[in-house]
Amino acid sequence: MSIEVRNIHKKFGEFQALVDLSLKIETGELLALLGPSGCGKTTLLRIVAGLDFADQGQVFFGDQDAQNQKASERGVGFVFQHYALFRHMTVFDNIAFGMNVQPKKVRPSREEIRKKVMELLKLVQLEWLANRYPWQLSGGQRQRIALARALAVRPRVLLLDEPFGSLDAQVRKELRLWLRRFHDESHITTLFVTHDQEEALEVADRIVVMNQGRIEQMGTPEDVYHNPVNAFVLNFLGNVNFFHCRLVEGKAIIGDTVLDVPGLSVDKPHPAKLYVRPNQFKLSRYAGKGTALKATVEYVNPAGTVVKVNLKTETGELIHAEISQEEYKHLKIVKTEQVFVSLKDVTYSEHLKNNP
Amino acid sequence: MQVRTEPRIVRYVLITIALVFFGLFLVLPLVCVFQNALSKGWVVYFDALRHPDALAAMKMTMITALIVVPCNLIFGVAAAWAVSKFDFKGKNLLLSFIDLPLSVSPVIAGLIFILLFGAQGVLGPWLIAHNIRIVFAWPGIILATIFVTVPMVARELIPIMKSQGTEEEEAALTLGASGWKTFWMVSIPNIRWGILYGVILCNARAMGEFGAVSVVSGHIRGLTNTMPLHVEILYNEYQSAAAFAVASILAMLAIVTLIAKSIVEANIRQGQK
Repeated sequence: MSIEVRNIHKKFGEFQALVDLSLKIETGELLALLGPSGCGKTTLLRIVAGLDFADQGQVFFGDQDAQNQKASERGVGFVFQHYALFRHMTVFDNIAFGMNVQPKKVRPSREEIRKKVMELLKLVQLEWLANRYPWQLSGGQRQRIALARALAVRPRVLLLDEPFGSLDAQVRKELRLWLRRFHDESHITTLFVTHDQEEALEVADRIVVMNQGRIEQMGTPEDVYHNPVNAFVLNFLGNVNFFHCRLVEGKAIIGDTVLDVPGLSVDKPHPAKLYVRPNQFKLSRYAGKGTALKATVEYVNPAGTVVKVNLKTETGELIHAEISQEEYKHLKIVKTEQVFVSLKDVTYSEHLKNNP
Repeated sequence: MQVRTEPRIVRYVLITIALVFFGLFLVLPLVCVFQNALSKGWVVYFDALRHPDALAAMKMTMITALIVVPCNLIFGVAAAWAVSKFDFKGKNLLLSFIDLPLSVSPVIAGLIFILLFGAQGVLGPWLIAHNIRIVFAWPGIILATIFVTVPMVARELIPIMKSQGTEEEEAALTLGASGWKTFWMVSIPNIRWGILYGVILCNARAMGEFGAVSVVSGHIRGLTNTMPLHVEILYNEYQSAAAFAVASILAMLAIVTLIAKSIVEANIRQGQK
């Protein structure tokens, strides 16, 4: 079932939560709504679920306008950040709830409900917890039960609101891999809200980056990471360094230094803000053919898959660079040493009107 | 391991003060009540309780509690639900009104009803013309009791419901439950111990209320006397053994209430884990 929202506006008092927002989630897609807190992503999710209502605009499930459908009629599975398990019910009763509240005519028999609950518990690998109460479970277990509960009603779409937001790092990683695998098998249309770019990049088929109630960019994780359309998206998706400079064909002039910038074409020279990802720097002990920025090594941390190096240029600008372990072995740099920094690539350049 | 920060002497002094206070002001009076009640023997004690006026007073008290407690239960749940789960204009006003009876002397509460429904009151002439009696009759007693007990259930529930938020209800809605089913299957079970606690307090206050009821009842023996009023009448007539006999029933009610309250409190703490 595809979901489409058209021209949604939503205000909370004076605060404009969503501004003329339109979006389509294709059938079977796993789409992440990514943005800082307060950007309207949760509001959008709640409007889709029918827990909140837009001031203007429409929500469609397939071809069907959901305007007059209550939350209980929309057939959505909703998972909350803080689990929202029924505290007075056992795990079994929590999962069975959706089936137990169905009208008598369509309600499955007790035996069918029992079978379905055990099946779902097996899916989330927690069969042995059926008779426990929510307060007896860990955070990760609670969220898996919440997922099982949402799936019990065979929802047409799955909506997840920061589902892993209150879990610790290890459990979070495990659960998002589980979610990806589950989605690959079930192909249920899934919309999931997160402020964690790593989570979105790893799990989603497509990412929608939101800011201040608007969509900044939509695309595959690869697309939004490598080709951000603006500085906001760039900043939000991973670490980045920036330099105020003047751009001319193939070169950036930073202070007195002229740097080669591969793959950059400029119509006419202009001032700019240049954005460079940590892995787009090349460090060397000697000034090569082109010119390079002279910088002092301030900090080296080789513990990790990449080596983190913090540098300070002559003009006092800080650079956060990441080099591979091989490069590091080859360079053998240590703190306080001087190195030459050049650019392998840049991610994005912002045209500035005035000279910096 | 227990962490002790105060010197032993300080602890003993504090404990002693608390125990002496507790003994002087709570235990001793209670013992006195039972001692006086039985001062002329069991026969007098049971005769006092079996006296038709005493039985009528007990009946009046029971009826009052039976009507007042359910009324306050419904009002309390509805008010707490509205205040804790929704935002609306006038919410703070409603909260102030719920607290009003706590800050008004019960005697004033009783007088309000006299001024409203009494013969010289605002609605008095109309009521007389239609032959409806409110003050100096049982409806007045019930109205006055409802007034003083209004906060008992609502105030218990509001903090519990506020801390629970609305997520569980929302989860129930997305799982296909109707509003009605969500209310009975999710909201009510989540506050069941709070409700019980509120009902116990409300009941104790309804049965024990003196001031407001005293003003509106008219003290008609066998008709509009509640137990606390009956105790007063007997005492004023120097029948102290009989007065204390009836009082002992109220004292026992208090003890039962205390025990029930502590059991429920323990359960509320368990439920919040």
